[in-house]
Amino acid sequence: MIDKSLPIADALEAVHDGHTVMVGGFGAPGTPFLLLDRLLARGARDLTLVKNDANEPGTGISKLLEAGRVHTLIASHIGLNPTIVAMMHRREIEVELYPQGILAEKIRAGGSGLIGFLTDIGVDTILRESRQVVPVEGREAILELALRADIALIHAARADRAGNLVFAKSARNFCPLMAMAADRVIVEAEEVVPTGAIDPDRVHLPCAFVDHIVALDKLTPDYGVLPQHVL
Amino acid sequence: MSYKEKIAARAAREVQPGQVINLGIGIPTMIPDYLPDSSEVFIQSENGILGIGPRCRNGTEDRNLIDAGANYVTVVSGASFFDSALSFAIIRGGRVDVSFLGTLEVSANGDLANWIIPGKMAPGIGGGMELAQKARRVIVTTSHTTREGRPKILPRCTLPLTARGCVRTIITELAVIDVTPQGLMLREMAEETSFDEVREKTDVPLLFGEGEIPRF
Repeated sequence: MIDKSLPIADALEAVHDGHTVMVGGFGAPGTPFLLLDRLLARGARDLTLVKNDANEPGTGISKLLEAGRVHTLIASHIGLNPTIVAMMHRREIEVELYPQGILAEKIRAGGSGLIGFLTDIGVDTILRESRQVVPVEGREAILELALRADIALIHAARADRAGNLVFAKSARNFCPLMAMAADRVIVEAEEVVPTGAIDPDRVHLPCAFVDHIVALDKLTPDYGVLPQHVL
Repeated sequence: MSYKEKIAARAAREVQPGQVINLGIGIPTMIPDYLPDSSEVFIQSENGILGIGPRCRNGTEDRNLIDAGANYVTVVSGASFFDSALSFAIIRGGRVDVSFLGTLEVSANGDLANWIIPGKMAPGIGGGMELAQKARRVIVTTSHTTREGRPKILPRCTLPLTARGCVRTIITELAVIDVTPQGLMLREMAEETSFDEVREKTDVPLLFGEGEIPRF
């Protein structure tokens, strides 16, 4: 029987200095906090991170950014992290910002074997100054290149030992797209079940995209309800 | 009622039963409080939800269920979850009936500027650009003037645009204004304002129909 599960201590052996790492999550839900903590402890440097946002100060990818491990952050909106916004303004990190759905589509294209795609989003805005604008059937479009990574770090609610994944509610977000777009995909799962225990009709991401599964035996407070967002 | 509540209450009346709507941060997130229970509206959220319900009361939060503004939310009967690419297929594919957005500036021809103040505020684009460009109808909900009292409705935007010519209706605490090919049409005025006040605080000439201008 295929068993992709691995101790967390070994899971991040494949991450090296200079790697591009995609990190799932939209805000906290879907963020693989324990894999990120392990990556920080491992000491990898000069990373390019791809995540929708920058988490919030002191959590998730913000720890790596604050520790100076990241050269470039590719994201959509980092407004909930004033620490990283300030680092961006001081030019301590490079930040590339994309419209959110364009970022998602660049990743999906990367995971689907495409070179890129054409879009009219932002073609009438200052985005065109930093993009390749091409004529298409009498109008202008922006050429967006596909995005791939060396590594994807993903959080799932449930995995089987073959690597089929189920996500929970709004924790799905960028996770399946990023798992499609990286050379090596490392998943932390809240529950690991025997292969076959997940109904095929309920699989959100098929096992072909997954290389390693880490079973989480406990969740740290980062995974919990964040008091600053409670009414 | 605060001015924000007044705007949200008026904006809710633009929503038709059965529509798919998206709510930007700020005033738009208050709109559901004013939708009739019978309206069966599906609220879409960029992070992969169709069918957001009321915000959670303290103690009922689900750690896996937030909206695009990081608020803990509930879902309604008939809701669905999906990934971010599909979420933006709903948006760019034209399946959002109404996008409610806040703004920094809006121009006479419906240009919207709400994502960047160069050198001051540039946290990213988020989903706003795609919503502004591709929703079937874009309604701006905003205070009529800036905190310093300067008009937000201008002949031309001075800030970098989010999207060109995308705004169909502007709802403020003073007025409901439609963007038409002929110019800005004053459709309604708030009870407590006057035509002179609206005109003075709008940096663009306003058209209006025949007869009394309806009040809200």
